[in-house]
Amino acid sequence: MELLTPGLGLLVWTLVAFLLVFFILKKFAWKPILETLKERETGIAEAIASAEKIKTEMAALKNENEALLTQAREERAVLIKEAKETANKMVSEAKEKARAEYDRIVADAQSAITQQKNAALTDVKNQVGSLVIEVAEKVLRKELANKAEQEAYIKGLAEVVNMN
Amino acid sequence: MLFATAVYAENAPETAGHGTEQAGQEKKEGEFDPAELIMEHILDAHEFHFFTLGESEISIPLPVIVYSKERGLAAFSYGNFHHGHEAYNGYKSEEGKIVAVDAEGKIDEAVTLYDFSLTRNVVQMFLALTLLVVLMINVANKYKKGGAKTAPSGFQNAVEPVITFVRDEVAKPNLGHAYNKYMPYLLTVFFFILINNIVGLIPGTANVTGNIAFTVVLGVISFFVIVFSTNKHFWGHIFNPPVPFLVKFILVPVEFIGIFTKPFALIVRLFANMVAGHIIITCFVMLIFIFGAMSQVAGWGFSPVSVAFTVFIYLIEILVAFIQAFIFTNLTAVFIGQSREGAHDDAHH
Repeated sequence: MELLTPGLGLLVWTLVAFLLVFFILKKFAWKPILETLKERETGIAEAIASAEKIKTEMAALKNENEALLTQAREERAVLIKEAKETANKMVSEAKEKARAEYDRIVADAQSAITQQKNAALTDVKNQVGSLVIEVAEKVLRKELANKAEQEAYIKGLAEVVNMN
Repeated sequence: MLFATAVYAENAPETAGHGTEQAGQEKKEGEFDPAELIMEHILDAHEFHFFTLGESEISIPLPVIVYSKERGLAAFSYGNFHHGHEAYNGYKSEEGKIVAVDAEGKIDEAVTLYDFSLTRNVVQMFLALTLLVVLMINVANKYKKGGAKTAPSGFQNAVEPVITFVRDEVAKPNLGHAYNKYMPYLLTVFFFILINNIVGLIPGTANVTGNIAFTVVLGVISFFVIVFSTNKHFWGHIFNPPVPFLVKFILVPVEFIGIFTKPFALIVRLFANMVAGHIIITCFVMLIFIFGAMSQVAGWGFSPVSVAFTVFIYLIEILVAFIQAFIFTNLTAVFIGQSREGAHDDAHH
């Protein structure tokens, strides 16, 4: 049957054509195409890899930034706290100082008052003493002159002292 | 290919009409023989026959190249035979086959003739391959010019997915790390079959891939590629399979025959698929004239159905053109992969 018997001419020509096409396409078509495709694919793969790398780097940077920020915040908080403490301390110190001054002034005043009071008292005592001596002197002088009058005088003097 | 059959669309109703009028008087000349027409369409020929207008046949005669030890090389146009009616230069066309004749016009049995004619299959194949080479080199130049950085454009976009498909789905899974070495061969086989399948689908063209000679060549080439890719492990598996001793007597011949049946299956698969597709399409067209021969009304009436079926099969054939190219390439890659298995570390992972 002719359908199933290969014709010699077509066999030979197909073989020749195939080999020709194979060598032509291999050299001028497949080689550049496959090379370019491979190049492009490796290029894309590299681009993706570097993008990924940059992404991780960015993330690391961001983390670092955040860490720095939190650290700064903490520092700020600490600073504020310290400042407040210092202020409070200063205020309380000032208060204490003022109170101490006040106390000292009051104590000084009191001591001055007591001193003056004592001085006054001593003065009074001295005057009373001298008065007593004066009276006694006068009494003694009078007694020597008149007995009756002397007694009445003493009485009068005593009354004055009693009244005092 | 539909071109050739469309011819009969003009012819056949007439002859059918004549047939009924003349009541079988001219049975021999004008008789409509679908089987013969289909075979004529499927088989190779020395001319591109388009249609017969009345007495004159519209066809392009192709060069005849014959060689015989006795007479040497001869080359002339098939047109010299005047469609097989006349002898020329000591040769004659017997039902499309070139034979040597003696002086009286009788077939010269003493001369063994080797026919290297550029038949319509050969010419069409050359045209298709020229197209392929031009297209591919154009695409390759685009790659060369654009480099890896520019996006593909135009026809590049059509070719690139096919090339990457052959590489990623055919070569890489079957051949592992060695795929690069086989890529040019696999790509050439794929596009060689594909372009001829597609060109063969153009109405009026010949059935190149459905010719056994074409597929035999591709099969034999893949046989050699497979055999030259083999390693020790492969032959060890064939001649010393890991089975009990007595089973070896059965298995060794089976395995050995397997080397040859693989490419043989490739040959027959491509041939049968393509020839079947062409036969079905021509059959559907022929149905119009078979019905037309019964009555003209039936012929006209059936033609829409027939055309619908033809279009349907035609679309399937376009699919088949790709599928068969893929299957041939893929199976070749599978067989190469089998023959390389074992020794390389890439095989069993």
